[in-house]
Amino acid sequence: MMEDRKMSKLSLITKGFVKDNPTFVLVLGMCPTLATTTSAMNGLEMGLATMFVLILSNIVISLVAPVVPDKVRIPVYIVIIATFVTVLQFLMQAFVPAVYETLGLFIPLIVVNCIVLGRAEAFANKNGVVDSALDGLGIGIGFTMSLTVIGIIREILGNGSVFGWKFIAGDGILAFVMAPGAFLVLGYLMVLFNKFLAKK
Amino acid sequence: MGEYLLIIISAIFVNNILLAQFLGICPFLGVSNKLSTAAGMSGAVCFVITLATVVTYLLNSYLLVPFGLEFLQTISFILVIAALVQMVEIVLKKTSPSLYQALGIFLPLITTNCAVLGVAITVVTKEFAFGGTASHLLNLGESTVYALATSLGYGLAMCLFAGLREHLALNSVPKAFKGLPIALITVSIMAMAFLGFSGMV
Amino acid sequence: MVLCLSVVCLVCSAVLGGAYAITAEPIAAAQVAKTNASIAKVLPPFSGNALSDTVTVDGVAYPYYKAEGAGYAVISASNGFSGPVTVMVGITEDGIIHNTTVLSQSETPGLGAKCQTDENFINQFKGWDPAAKSLTVKKDGGDVDAITASTITSRAYSLAVSNAVAAYKAIVSNDGGQENE
Repeated sequence: MMEDRKMSKLSLITKGFVKDNPTFVLVLGMCPTLATTTSAMNGLEMGLATMFVLILSNIVISLVAPVVPDKVRIPVYIVIIATFVTVLQFLMQAFVPAVYETLGLFIPLIVVNCIVLGRAEAFANKNGVVDSALDGLGIGIGFTMSLTVIGIIREILGNGSVFGWKFIAGDGILAFVMAPGAFLVLGYLMVLFNKFLAKK
Repeated sequence: MGEYLLIIISAIFVNNILLAQFLGICPFLGVSNKLSTAAGMSGAVCFVITLATVVTYLLNSYLLVPFGLEFLQTISFILVIAALVQMVEIVLKKTSPSLYQALGIFLPLITTNCAVLGVAITVVTKEFAFGGTASHLLNLGESTVYALATSLGYGLAMCLFAGLREHLALNSVPKAFKGLPIALITVSIMAMAFLGFSGMV
Repeated sequence: MVLCLSVVCLVCSAVLGGAYAITAEPIAAAQVAKTNASIAKVLPPFSGNALSDTVTVDGVAYPYYKAEGAGYAVISASNGFSGPVTVMVGITEDGIIHNTTVLSQSETPGLGAKCQTDENFINQFKGWDPAAKSLTVKKDGGDVDAITASTITSRAYSLAVSNAVAAYKAIVSNDGGQENE
């Protein structure tokens, strides 16, 4: 029995990696996925920022869900999410201003990231605090991984470097750093995902 | 007048909200299967973006800034947008049932369309420079034009893409490419075409 | 229902107000640190604090910092490929550009964005004498070596620097005027 529950806790986290991967399977939160993955570092930072909001909002929403009337559920969730996003904005401005500037508009836009509201609606409002936090963590890690992978690929092809470490002299294929590359890399990664992982 | 023209061209073609700024991608991929639904969605988005930008602009410059409450920007903007969408829905239902039927089903979806919040935040925080003018925050008139032009750009990209997707649906593509992947690769080529506009403004 | 929503809004606003109050100081400190780092980069070492002020040339206001004994750091922006390119230009008291740095830009990564990293481009402005060399790109008949494939950004950068020099001249003549009074 104990063993079972531990397994399910673990699977709460790992299901976000492949089975419920927010980017490749659920296809949520496309805007930051495409816009902030110009380099591996940017993708990673955006993923972590989203994870921060996701975990905290999941925790709070699972706590307040029993007392919130059904009709005003969505506005309440949005307000809670927006609060955490703004807190995140302050923290980033204060301690990592350079990162805040790079990600720019996409930090406040975490509010309307469908992943966050989606998890609140689909999971946090009917599960306990711990489970919701783990769910946020799992989906957050899945999102961060996807963003980092896209970022790594775009950075290698577009700039000849990984996490800023340059191993090809000269310029890469610039299109991959620009808008078309974002769509193209995501498209082909989805193909690979469909082909090799989704069947499991 | 020249500046307005530059804003319009820049917002529709050069910095197309979907293909260059990546805002509002979810509905873009979600409802672009058919040209008619895409057109309906574009219309609704156009309406809400312009209205929301004007309202949030006024809210920001007459309420938040004078009272030093800029830290409530994100939260108040999203609430205003959510309320606005609800209101538009109710008003349309009462006054223009035909328009409501055309736009109605898309309206609730728009609250979480990041293009709306994105444009609203952009016009109050980002400095623009068009042509030879110095960079500055947009005034009310410019913001309205910018919002309208941006949403027209949204509609343009959306309808073009829906047209392409209707044709894609008729072709046989490899199984792993079916659905979104091939759509994304198509968008990529469209984005490349739109890159041709860059440098125009 | 309404009560619940109001309570949530009230609590959230209070949380935000608190978070704002707590982080306001670090945010301000971070911004000051960033500005000071930029000033230190574009001007020779100086002691004391740089004083901030603005000067208006042709209807455009240029913020600048005056560092006693070192010179002036002028902030100037110009329209690049995809938005304003804002640079800080350090000009020593003999009118020579000491160094320049980008404060913000949204140019294409890998092309125009190189105005932040391309050393050949950035270093050419060090020790530039605006009286002797023209601050326009070579394509337009000036002396600035443009970034490969990014003439528009290079043009914007040069124009911003050249406007900063004009602002510097206005500052110096204003300061001189005040002394005469």
